[in-house]
Amino acid sequence: MERGSDRERTEVVTAEIAVNLEGVRAGYGDRIALEDVTLSISTGSLLAIIGPNGAGKSTLLKVIANLLSPWAGNVSVLGSPPGTAASRVAYIPQAESVDWHFPVTVAEVVMMGRVPSIGIGRRPGARDRAAVDHALEAVAMDDARGRQIGELSGGQRRRVFLARALAAEPDLYLLDEPVTGVDATTQEDVMDLLEDEAASGKTVIATTHDLACAAHRFQNAVLVNRRIVAVGPAKDLVLDQRLLAETYGGHVLVLPDLTGGTLVLDDAHHDGASDRYARRPMRS
Amino acid sequence: MLDVLLDPMAYGFMQRGLVAALIVGIVCAVMGVFVVLKGLAFIGDAVSHAAFPGLVIAYLTGIPLYVGGAVAAVSTALAIGVVSRRGNLRFDTAVGVLFAGTFALGVLLFSTIRGYVADLFGYLLGNVLGITFEDLLQVGILGSVVLITVLVLRKELLYATFDPDGAAASGLPVKRLEYLLLALLGVTIVVSIQAVGIILVVAMLCTPAATAQLLVTRFDRLVLVAVLIAVVSTVLGLYVSFYINVASGASIVLIETLLFMFALALSPRSGWLSGRLRVGPSSENSRDRAHADRLGGDLVGGLDSGERVGSGVPVARAQVDPGG
Repeated sequence: MERGSDRERTEVVTAEIAVNLEGVRAGYGDRIALEDVTLSISTGSLLAIIGPNGAGKSTLLKVIANLLSPWAGNVSVLGSPPGTAASRVAYIPQAESVDWHFPVTVAEVVMMGRVPSIGIGRRPGARDRAAVDHALEAVAMDDARGRQIGELSGGQRRRVFLARALAAEPDLYLLDEPVTGVDATTQEDVMDLLEDEAASGKTVIATTHDLACAAHRFQNAVLVNRRIVAVGPAKDLVLDQRLLAETYGGHVLVLPDLTGGTLVLDDAHHDGASDRYARRPMRS
Repeated sequence: MLDVLLDPMAYGFMQRGLVAALIVGIVCAVMGVFVVLKGLAFIGDAVSHAAFPGLVIAYLTGIPLYVGGAVAAVSTALAIGVVSRRGNLRFDTAVGVLFAGTFALGVLLFSTIRGYVADLFGYLLGNVLGITFEDLLQVGILGSVVLITVLVLRKELLYATFDPDGAAASGLPVKRLEYLLLALLGVTIVVSIQAVGIILVVAMLCTPAATAQLLVTRFDRLVLVAVLIAVVSTVLGLYVSFYINVASGASIVLIETLLFMFALALSPRSGWLSGRLRVGPSSENSRDRAHADRLGGDLVGGLDSGERVGSGVPVARAQVDPGG
């Protein structure tokens, strides 16, 4: 017995925890966005955060990224309080929140990934330039390095931001909707890269609207609707009608598929989401 | 011809004025790039008006005017920063309230002073040609402090301005950088008030950077072009002021405004002329068209490819990939 429990203890120590949240409650102003979130994410995970609009997906990511202080609960990121190990964290915001007319080139954006490690008052060195080159090649954007980011397509823009994260050589990737609104090729390429990073021991956490992508390309998933609804293998969660109904509150359409599988349509039109897409302002 | 350029420089006040106005123009152009990119124009206007009560109080209590102005401007800039982070009011509303309130205080105190106070009137409308050697020294030192700080923190400020969340998550002290930028803005404004006056400072800050933004799309070039515009406008403005005997600050600002109008008309990206080129006969050549699209189609073309696909993707993909 004792020997057995010893072995268990050893295993707990070896399976390192990249992110740990306990009883986290968070929100904006007086509006609560997350409640009672307890979640452990082990190192090397490729984890999708799934849920309807306004479910707190981005909020969860922001709490982990130390962009939002939780009202209550404990958060630990890479073994320390959030923000302490920030130089090992890369965060990619939603494409909508970026000012694409900002006067920066592709290479400049990717070099931003190196800024925290270069240090104040110093210029990028050979190692920084090599990291930028490597990242640009990895996302197949090295030909576009001198272009202003506004000239790029939606897929190319995502690639550039992913390259910025790669160039930072982080241990933890936090990606807000990395494959939303991009072409299928970009989606596959982005997911290939993230898979490689997770396989090499980095931890990847991404929010997504795309249930099919989550099921196919992510190992694990968290279903969120203000609280954690379920955690488990992505494929199992996405095909569980009861859990999906609980997460999406009846807004998800589940159709029996002709081939015998199940076809799940994430109903993007709830919550005024269709309005948001249709009335997207001219300036992105 | 050379006489036209050299004659005014025989006067000490023109020499000092030119050097002071050039320093102010350059510092304003550099800070202006951040003002334009971060949308701080209204804050700039508010901070310059808020400097007024500081100047009047300094006059009444006998401390150096620029110290009073600087304290008022920098503290207002920082106060605005705090309001913007934790206010329940809309941000521009809060700034509007603060801005009018502080300026009213300045006017009220100003009205208690009997008689004409040339110094304070100089601050309202600016008079760079009346600048003393001590003033010039002060402008030079404060201007250098602003420029050196921006230069040293260039890449951090750029990152924090472009993507505050990404920068903060990776460990940059984004909050502190924002407050620092506001404090530098306060210092810049106080330095500039002597040259162009409270009311026109905002033009010195915004116009060169806004003009540059119409012409180039790279950060370094933006700074460079803004500085160039400021230098040209300053020199031209002072000569105009000298020869036709009009207010110097207003001349500089008007020339900057004229250059802005030219850029608006000729801008490769949003200009009226480039719009005509795109539909005109020259665009029959496909290389021309590609070029015109790249330049002129920035606003529209940039959105085309990716953003529209976005609306359909979540549903469409699920249909394309049924269950693997």
